[in-house]
Amino acid sequence: MSEKKLNKSDIVKMFIRSNFLLGSFNFERMQAIGFCVTLIPALKKLYKGDELSAALKRHLEFFNTQPFMATPIMGITAAMEEQKANGADIDEGSISGVKIGLMGPLAGVGDPIFWGTLRPVLAALGAGLALTGSIIGPLIFFIGFNAIRLATNWYGMFYGYEKGTQLVADMGGNKLRYLTEGASVLGLLVIGGLVSKWTSINIPFVLSKYTQSDGKEVITTVQSVLDSLMPGLVPLLLTFLCMYLLKKRVNPLLIIFGLFAVGILGVACGILQ
Amino acid sequence: MSTLQLILLVIVAAITGMASVLDEAQFHRPIIACTLVGLVLGDIKTGIILGGTLEMLALGWMNVGAAMAPDAALASVISAILVIIGKQSIGAGIAVAVPIAAAGQVLTIFVRTITVFFQHLADKYAEKGNTRGIEMCHILGLSLQAIRVAIPAAIVGVLAGTDAVNAALAAIPQVITRGLQVSGGFIVVVGYAMVMNMMNSKSLLPFFFIGFLLAAFTNFNLIGFGAVGVIAAIFHIKSIANEGKVAVAGTGSIDDIDDSDLM
Repeated sequence: MSEKKLNKSDIVKMFIRSNFLLGSFNFERMQAIGFCVTLIPALKKLYKGDELSAALKRHLEFFNTQPFMATPIMGITAAMEEQKANGADIDEGSISGVKIGLMGPLAGVGDPIFWGTLRPVLAALGAGLALTGSIIGPLIFFIGFNAIRLATNWYGMFYGYEKGTQLVADMGGNKLRYLTEGASVLGLLVIGGLVSKWTSINIPFVLSKYTQSDGKEVITTVQSVLDSLMPGLVPLLLTFLCMYLLKKRVNPLLIIFGLFAVGILGVACGILQ
Repeated sequence: MSTLQLILLVIVAAITGMASVLDEAQFHRPIIACTLVGLVLGDIKTGIILGGTLEMLALGWMNVGAAMAPDAALASVISAILVIIGKQSIGAGIAVAVPIAAAGQVLTIFVRTITVFFQHLADKYAEKGNTRGIEMCHILGLSLQAIRVAIPAAIVGVLAGTDAVNAALAAIPQVITRGLQVSGGFIVVVGYAMVMNMMNSKSLLPFFFIGFLLAAFTNFNLIGFGAVGVIAAIFHIKSIANEGKVAVAGTGSIDDIDDSDLM
């Protein structure tokens, strides 16, 4: 029996399919169909008949992780299936074990990096430009995010396949923790900046008004007092209030409605502008 | 709206619906979805501005684990149609966006529940070794997500600009639309708070304050923040790496003793 080997085009096919991982997301087994569909090009090449059915079934098991971090898991799974198809002593349990064992830690890395840092930062940058009506805003967000995403999916798929089970050992090291913590530091620092710079609250409520000896009129508003203390103080306090409410499990949409109410009341009373 | 525009609008809506579940290319984010609707309806500039405004609102809306974000796709598409075709203000666009995002979330929960049926269908195809069948289940699930945004968009696209809809939207008092626009400036704090809670690390909070103070007292742009952030991250990783070394050295000496015992 000749050795069954996956080639580059099989891995590329898997990469293309990995971009649709969440297509049939459901509440029972989440990304299971998507994971199975991604592996189909490899499984069809490696197995026939009953073996193929068994392979398809084991990849319809529960699966859920951060979508871009799924690709190294798909790569390593393909590598294990390849060894199994060539008679290596790998049972179904160990393949599932690797999948389940990796999806949690990798989601723990992917969530803060992609959803916590990359997307909000690029989106805030793009939205700031978009508010002026510039097409560069949406383009920066779209091209920037997708370039990094596709590179992650491509590299992740090949890296997972080439490293095989060795990847599981790599995950045990401190590398993942460094990556997560490093990304969190970068993300928090940029968000700190965004809180001050990219929020606009203006409280033009007049506190005092007098005319200087040279005839200039000096108007002191709530906002000018706050700005002389610490620019961005109100957004900072609001952010911490929201964090507190979210931790108390208040629905974010409810908080958004609450802030809308504040805005409307503020405009109605002339406090906000 | 011409028939061609309506068809293109439905296609754009379907793409955003699929993107909302895939969460890959980000067509469902307001900054992209509103821009595309603007492009199709012949007023890209308004689309971009509305998209930027709604993007600030939706900055922290994310799918983490099994948790689902409010639906940016339906909100962006419907709100952009009403603002562009219905000639409404950006404020009115924000006013309709939030309740529609909540409604869209209900729709996607509905679809994700129906898709459980396809999951079991896929099991049956796996039994027969039918790979085409499993692929079909996947595509059907994705199609339902497309339809759930495309149909409401088509309905609103036909109705928008009609007298009844315009009258209903015109009935929103100006203090409300103005108030919503003002809140639109700072509603993004909810997004920041969601992101920070996700990082969930009190020990890293000083880095947040470095960013805040830099922004408050300097003219750094985002590139500057990124650069300082990378430097801070390097220092932080070095410091946790040193912590690790102390621990490893401790266990290492125990290993040495074990080895000598074996000898």
